Amino acid sequence: MNDLIDDPTPGQNLPEFSVSEVSGAIKRTLEDQFGRIRVKGEVGRVFKARSGHLYYDIKDDRNVLSCTTWKGQVSQLSVVPEEGLEVVVTGRLTAYGAQSKYNMNVDEVAVAGQGALMALLEKRRKTLAAEGLFDPDRKQPIPFLPEIIGVVTSPSGAVIRDILHRLRERFPRKVLIWPVAVQGANCAPEVARAIEGFNRLTPGGALPRPDLIIVARGGGSVEDLWGFNEEAVVRAAAGSRIPLISAVGHETDTTLIDHASDLRAPTPTAAAELAVPVRLELIATVDAQGARLTRAVTRGAGLQRQRMEDLSRALPRADSLLDTPRQRLDRAGDGLQVALERFVQRRRLDLSNLSGGLRPSMLTRLVAAEKRSLRQAAAGLDPALARSVRLRRERFDARAARLSPRALQREVKDGTQKLDALSARLSRAGTAQIDMLRKRLAAADRMHETLSYKATLERGYAVVRSGAEVMTTRADAAKETLLEVEFRDGRLTVAPQGDRPAKKTPPKPEPEQGSLF
Amino acid sequence: MTDRPADRPVAEMSFEDAMKELESVVDRLERGDVPLSASIDLYERGAALKKRCEEELKRAEEKIAAITLDADGNPTGTTPVEGL
Repeated sequence: MNDLIDDPTPGQNLPEFSVSEVSGAIKRTLEDQFGRIRVKGEVGRVFKARSGHLYYDIKDDRNVLSCTTWKGQVSQLSVVPEEGLEVVVTGRLTAYGAQSKYNMNVDEVAVAGQGALMALLEKRRKTLAAEGLFDPDRKQPIPFLPEIIGVVTSPSGAVIRDILHRLRERFPRKVLIWPVAVQGANCAPEVARAIEGFNRLTPGGALPRPDLIIVARGGGSVEDLWGFNEEAVVRAAAGSRIPLISAVGHETDTTLIDHASDLRAPTPTAAAELAVPVRLELIATVDAQGARLTRAVTRGAGLQRQRMEDLSRALPRADSLLDTPRQRLDRAGDGLQVALERFVQRRRLDLSNLSGGLRPSMLTRLVAAEKRSLRQAAAGLDPALARSVRLRRERFDARAARLSPRALQREVKDGTQKLDALSARLSRAGTAQIDMLRKRLAAADRMHETLSYKATLERGYAVVRSGAEVMTTRADAAKETLLEVEFRDGRLTVAPQGDRPAKKTPPKPEPEQGSLF
Repeated sequence: MTDRPADRPVAEMSFEDAMKELESVVDRLERGDVPLSASIDLYERGAALKKRCEEELKRAEEKIAAITLDADGNPTGTTPVEGL
């Protein structure tokens, strides 16, 4: 806790700094001591701020160094740092007192070794190829004779000169140059923008749209050409609807734009040769075609005339054409008279042959024969009728004989017998039924007697009545003047004597009281 | 008739197409199996095609311009380029 109190101990002679003093001293020390240095490492996280400044890390297997490249410096970089890339950065160490941090301000980035760069290039190539950007079926044909050629390159330098020179030699055309940086950090965005910009132009507009684009750059180191490996450039080239020839570097250099372009030229000069045909050759060809055309048509007409003459010579005279038919006519005319006479003769012969057999005797013979056969048929007519009648009568007699009353009588007798038997059975059955019923009635009567109160009388009980009513209580009986008592053997009329102590009176059972049994 | 040319207006044809058709016209005439009346049509067509090609070849004009860009890199116009 003592630390918090400003308590200068006597004898403590360390100098006292303010924070800013220390920060400033550190910053100066760092900048002075190290000066301009080169640091090799692998690029880590990269962050491009909206302000345009670039912040990134350079690291090895143990430590990290923060790096900064200001907006104005970015365009000077030949290689834009990219995560995973082995680089050598050049710049100055400095400190940022506000955060107690030190970092390096980098103004130059170089790829550390070709191997690292090639590995990165190969990785990127595979990624873009997997997307199909390099597919052969994306390639467009290069126009035979483009009207306007758009060239994306640096406006100064040998490349554009070479291209224009070779175009002029072959076939002078309209050329639109879209100036771009061909190396450094601005290269890729500018080239991509130029390709897209040409595609956006409308044909016949104030800025005419080219029929062909050439993207060109002269030879250089891998780092110099690096912009043409950038994804933005590759995508712009692959997406261009205007056919595109790439000509970047020398013949041995291959950049990714070469894979995406419709045609790759080994050099800018070669690009010009691929872009246009040779005019003089074409003129010669057209002239030759014209000459052949005239010759062919002249010769064709000549041949036709020749043929016509040949044919007309071979054409026979009209008279000779008629000779044969005339001869045939003469021969036919000669034969006509003879043929007619011969025909009439043959017919006449036929007629006489036919009329020879036509005589009256033949008819008479025919009539006699018919008459004979008629007579024969008439003779058979009477006997046939008699025979038919006799036959039918016989058949009738046979049937009538079979018709007798005996069969009917037998049937009646059988019926009578059956009836007698059934009557006897009926009578027997009726008697038996009556006997049985009678027996059941007697049994029922016996049963009735047994159940009747009269059986009770046999056992000594009596029934008391007044008139038709049965007296069942003493009170009822006392009201009456005369009572009738029924015993087993008959009835007796008695007069009750009231108010005497009640003697035992025989019970008067209910006539059909089943419980008395 | 199959020997009739397609009769696409010659003025609408590109140099390459006109050239190709001219070659085919010449071939057919040279083969000599075209009827006379058709061969005359064919010749006229060939002559028109040749004229079209010659015109195109005559229009071999060189004009070189560079695109001018604004601060954002958008095209604003062209400026003639000379001396290259």
